[in-house]
Parts: sequence; C-alpha cells; structure tokens
Amino acid sequence: MTSFAATPTTTADAQTTTASRTRIQVRGLDFHYNGFHALKQISMDIPERKVTAIIGPSGCGKSTLLRVFNRIYAIYPGLTASGEVLLDGENILDPRYSMNRLRSKVGMVFQKPVPFPMTIYENIAYGIRHHEKLKRKAMDERVEEALRSAALWDEVKDKLKQSALGLSGGQQQRLCIARGIALKPEVLLLDEPTSALDPIATGRIEQLIEELKKTFTIVIVTHNMQQAARVSDHTAFMYMGELIEFGNTEKIFTKPDKKQTEDYITGRFG
Amino acid sequence: MAAIYRRRYATNFIALTLSGIATLIGLTFLAWILWITLSRGFSAIGVPLFTKITAYADQGGLANAIVGSLLMDLLAILICAPVGVLAGTYLAEYARKTRLGSMIRFLNDILLSAPSIVLGLFVYVIVVLPMTSLSGGSVSFSALAGSIALALIGLPVIVRTTDEMLQLVPGTLREAALSLGIPQWKLTVQVLMRASGSGIATGVLLALARLAGETAPLLFTAFGNNYMAYGPLDKMASLPVAIYQYTNDPNPAMHAIAWAGALLITLFVLALSLLTRLFFARKKVNHD
Repeated sequence: MTSFAATPTTTADAQTTTASRTRIQVRGLDFHYNGFHALKQISMDIPERKVTAIIGPSGCGKSTLLRVFNRIYAIYPGLTASGEVLLDGENILDPRYSMNRLRSKVGMVFQKPVPFPMTIYENIAYGIRHHEKLKRKAMDERVEEALRSAALWDEVKDKLKQSALGLSGGQQQRLCIARGIALKPEVLLLDEPTSALDPIATGRIEQLIEELKKTFTIVIVTHNMQQAARVSDHTAFMYMGELIEFGNTEKIFTKPDKKQTEDYITGRFG
Repeated sequence: MAAIYRRRYATNFIALTLSGIATLIGLTFLAWILWITLSRGFSAIGVPLFTKITAYADQGGLANAIVGSLLMDLLAILICAPVGVLAGTYLAEYARKTRLGSMIRFLNDILLSAPSIVLGLFVYVIVVLPMTSLSGGSVSFSALAGSIALALIGLPVIVRTTDEMLQLVPGTLREAALSLGIPQWKLTVQVLMRASGSGIATGVLLALARLAGETAPLLFTAFGNNYMAYGPLDKMASLPVAIYQYTNDPNPAMHAIAWAGALLITLFVLALSLLTRLFFARKKVNHD
C-alpha cells in the first residue's frame, strides 16, 4: 500500500487518484428513488487492479453507488440513475448498453452468501454456461480455476457434486466470489462481503481480496473501517449521498483533507 | 421471588394451560372423527369394497367410485397444477407490487373461498350445457366436466402457495443470478423454482387433498355412474358422490359402505399430508 506515492488530486469535475489507469469513470452521477435524492453529483475515477473501498455511515449511499456499477438497481421499479458511469469509455447507464455484456464485465458479491440451490460445481458452471458454450473438459477446467482463485478448491474438490447449501457461511461466500470471477469480469463489486461472517472466515476473504486485485478491479463497500484500512488502496468517504473525500487509503485514514472525514474516521459520528 | 416475577410465572402458566386445552380439544375431535369413520365403516371394509362396483348396491363395493375419484382427481391436478404454478409465478415474480398483482391476489382469494357448489354450477353452464347441445339431446355429464370443476377448487390453492413460496425466496438470490447476467425467465425456472420446489410441490399436494374430498362440484358435472367408466366423456362415479348417495339410502348396509368410503378419503388425505410433510422435511437446509 505504501508503494503509492501518488497523491489524490481533486479537480473541478472529479475526485481522482493519479496512481494507475482508471477503470470506471463516474461523472455527475445522480440517483433517485421514489423522490429521494440518494446520490448527489458523484464524480470519481476508480483505478484499475486496485481495491477501492467505499465507507460511510448507514444510509450514506455507498451500497447504492456500488449497485449502479452493474445496474442491478434496475430490477426494481422507481429507481433512476443519471449522469455518466464510463467503463472502458462507454456509458453503462446508456439503455443501449447490453445488460448481458455489463454483467459479464462486472461481477458482484453480496452481503449474505447466496449460493444457488444446486451442486457446488453447478453454482460455478451455471453462470458461465449462459455466456459461453464450453465442452465438458473446458468447463471442468474453468470451474477448477475459479474455485482455486477463490481459495476454495482444496476444501471442495472432493464434493463438487454435493449441494452448495451444505457449505459453511465462509465457504459459501468464497463460492459466490468464485461464481463471480468465473465469468472473468474486469470489475468485482463486493457489498459488505464479510459482514455475515465470523472473524476467521473474514480473514480468509480479506486475504483473497489481496490476491484477486492482481487480476481484477475491486470495489468494496464496508461498514468496517479497519477492514477498509486493511484491504483497500483507495478509500472513498461518503456522507448523505455525497462523495466527501476520495484518496489513498493511507491518507484518508491518517490525514484526511476534510473535517467530516476525520470526524467519521475517528469515530466522532456515524 | 419478587412479585413481578410471580405474576409473570402465573400469567405464563395460565396462557400455557389454556393453549394446551385448546390443542387438546382440536385433537380430540380429530381422533373422534377418525374413530367414528373407522368403527362405522369397518364392517364394510374388505376385498369386495375394492373389487365390486356400486351397481350391486349393498352387495357391492366402491370400485368404480375409487377409480373414478382417482382418475378425476388426477386429471384435475393435471389441469390446475400447471396453470396455478404459472399464475403464482407471475404474481410473485412479475407482479409482486403492482396494482394488477394485488387485484389478481384478491380475486384468487375469493375463488379460494367460493362455495364449491357454485363452481359446480358454473362448470355445468360452461361445459355440460354446451356439450349437451353439441351431442343433440341427452345431458352430457362427463368426467372431464367433473375434473374441470375440481380443478377450479385446486387452482386458487396452488396459485396462492406458489406465490407465497416464491416470495419467501430471499431477494438476494435473484440479485445474485441477475448480476451474473442470467435472464429473468431462466432465473425463475432454474433457480427460484428449484429453491422453492418443495414448497410448490406441497401446494399441489394440498390442492389435491382439498379437491379429493369435494362432492358438490361433481354433482352437476361428473354426475355419477353405477358402472365402471374410464372415458373422459363418460359419466363417472366418485367417492364423495357415492358417499352422498349412500347416506341418503334407508338401508344400513349402504351406510356402512358410505362410512368405508369416507374412511378411504380420510386415509387418502392423511397420506397426502404425510407426503407433504416428507417433502418439506427433506428441505431443511435452507438459506439462512
């Protein structure tokens, strides 16, 4: 983490870090649901192959922001996002942007582990099958690869045909991560991925995140500030729908520019 | 012990006792009903009950009624299960919070509590009468009409359980599948139906149990038949209708056969309930 000499720069239209290539560009993002203005003019650059943490008190809009990145919010009526979210230069909020393409590029892992009611093998293969036609052997390899990447292979290799519902919570969550990365996405969204897990399972997921950032751009929403400090390279602090400050994690946690950030980090509110 | 605790213990004791007594009353009647059907019908239970047809009256059995009931119940389930499951799926997955959805739910609840004789008359008007005029004369009661009437009894049960069971599936499972790019219809059929499969199957079995005991919908539709019939356009005997007719007979031997028939239905429904339990017990590993 300390290898980041880069200093965050705040330009007129976007809060950004100059450390590496940008993967997701957010420009003037507004989000409304049922008349409530949940995200207000968010602009930020999410760097490639780094872990970006979004922190902030409950209801600040951090999960909402994450859920814009793969447009999962769109399955509910009455939710609208406006502005631009550019992935590889294309605006994913454009209705013409193929949902299939977006969802294969941006994977998501949720707060509670939600394995499908299928075998462990099928949990991984199911998503792949929708996007690619693979021969049996190639599929086996992809499943193994995904499970290895999620540090789950050794624990499940002898019971691939068993129901995924029999796994422990931590294993289920790693299975969900494996399921997400099996599609070889560019971005992985983690929505409080450890809040339902015990400390040991949490530790393993955090290790895994360190590993995964070599391949994927990771955005993690977390309630746990220690976790944000441990796993992320950059941290965004949000408050009441606004992006207050975004920069290198170390800086955010040691000498933030904004008073509000400091108050939150030091536990004075939130 | 402080007074406040004593009072709580006392309240707890009274509430527990009252609910215990209430349970006991319910169970007593259940056991009583089982005992009466068993003891009254016992003398008529034997091989002839299953081999002889109702044409022999007090020398006969209920073979044609048993076969008729099984056939019509089966056909009824075949009609209402697909429609009910699909309609329930529509309600839960596509019309969950819409005005249309709540309207359909409301109407479905009305159908659920509609008097079964009304449904029988309805099918008489929309199926039996048109078929009568097609055949040009004789009133065309048929097993098919009977099954349609029974299907209308089972339909709302299946719609409702399917709807409720799918609503119980955590929303995050939907989000997880959709976030992999799985389209809604695949998600519904391959993930949600599987997640709530045992619940939906339970609904179908409950509907079967419910319609198996219905008499009124069959009176003007399948009518009854003293002989064995297999065709969907034949008049067909059924256990509930046979019981109804036999209990109107002055001959006590006929009453015994009616009781035996009642016992058969009771046992059938009991078996279905046990099967339902089995289905549900198998699926104890749940999300959460």
